[in-house]
Amino acid sequence: MSDLHGVIVSHAAVAQALVSAVTTITGIDGALTPVSNEGCGTEALAERLRQAVGEGPAVLFVDLPGGSCLTSSLRYAKQHADIAVVTGVNLAMLLDFVFHRDISPADAARRAVDAGAKAIRVTAA
Amino acid sequence: MTLALYRIDDRLIHGQVVVGWGQPLDVSFIVLVDDEVSGSDWEQDLYRMGVPPQIEVIFASVEQAAAQLPSWESDARVGILLVGDIDTAVALAGRAPQVRRLNVGGIHHRTGRKERLRFVYLTDDEAAKLKQLAAGGVEVTAQDVPTARAIPVGDFT
Repeated sequence: MSDLHGVIVSHAAVAQALVSAVTTITGIDGALTPVSNEGCGTEALAERLRQAVGEGPAVLFVDLPGGSCLTSSLRYAKQHADIAVVTGVNLAMLLDFVFHRDISPADAARRAVDAGAKAIRVTAA
Repeated sequence: MTLALYRIDDRLIHGQVVVGWGQPLDVSFIVLVDDEVSGSDWEQDLYRMGVPPQIEVIFASVEQAAAQLPSWESDARVGILLVGDIDTAVALAGRAPQVRRLNVGGIHHRTGRKERLRFVYLTDDEAAKLKQLAAGGVEVTAQDVPTARAIPVGDFT
């Protein structure tokens, strides 16, 4: 199975910052592509997504569980095979994802949700 | 209360609408007027996903919206009405005299459109339609979020 590609879809420059952080921490480059909805209507965002995903299976990591980033991602996933969509992207799930890309998009999406959720907690002072 | 905002936004329901406007206006319902979306359960599910459960989402065609506008306007709650393009706004304003104000919230780049504001791109034909609405007595302004200044139609068309 070829390695999965991750595409982060966000408002403003969140996606770009997350990709930069993952590369800084792991040294892995090219596993993730950022897409911003900045200045995009529905059609322009769909085109940005199409170019970012390219060929092959992918997981789309969306910032919020609603809004233009999610609606565009779900439309794209509906029209293409081997695309999974995860919402609530965070750095922890991306760090796990880049090391586990030899699985199906659906499995990778479930794994990302687990890794991301585990990172959210109230810590002792 | 009433429909506090009539908005053209080609992203329809998204963060600026639900959070940016929805929070300060304390919105309880959103009316999405779009002939295509009103006929698609899948599209409706998609747009509902971005809205907290306490906010009701109503989907309507232009025809249905024109018929329902009096009841939405007299609703005790605060609502927002959304359309995705200028033609839908023109069609609705032509059928419903309740449309007295129009907020241009986001019309983005597409071939043939020129940048008028950071968040408003229009063809000359679209700009003319907005001016025509204004000439007909509709107060047309551009404003993406409530904290921004409302720009009169004459300043961006």
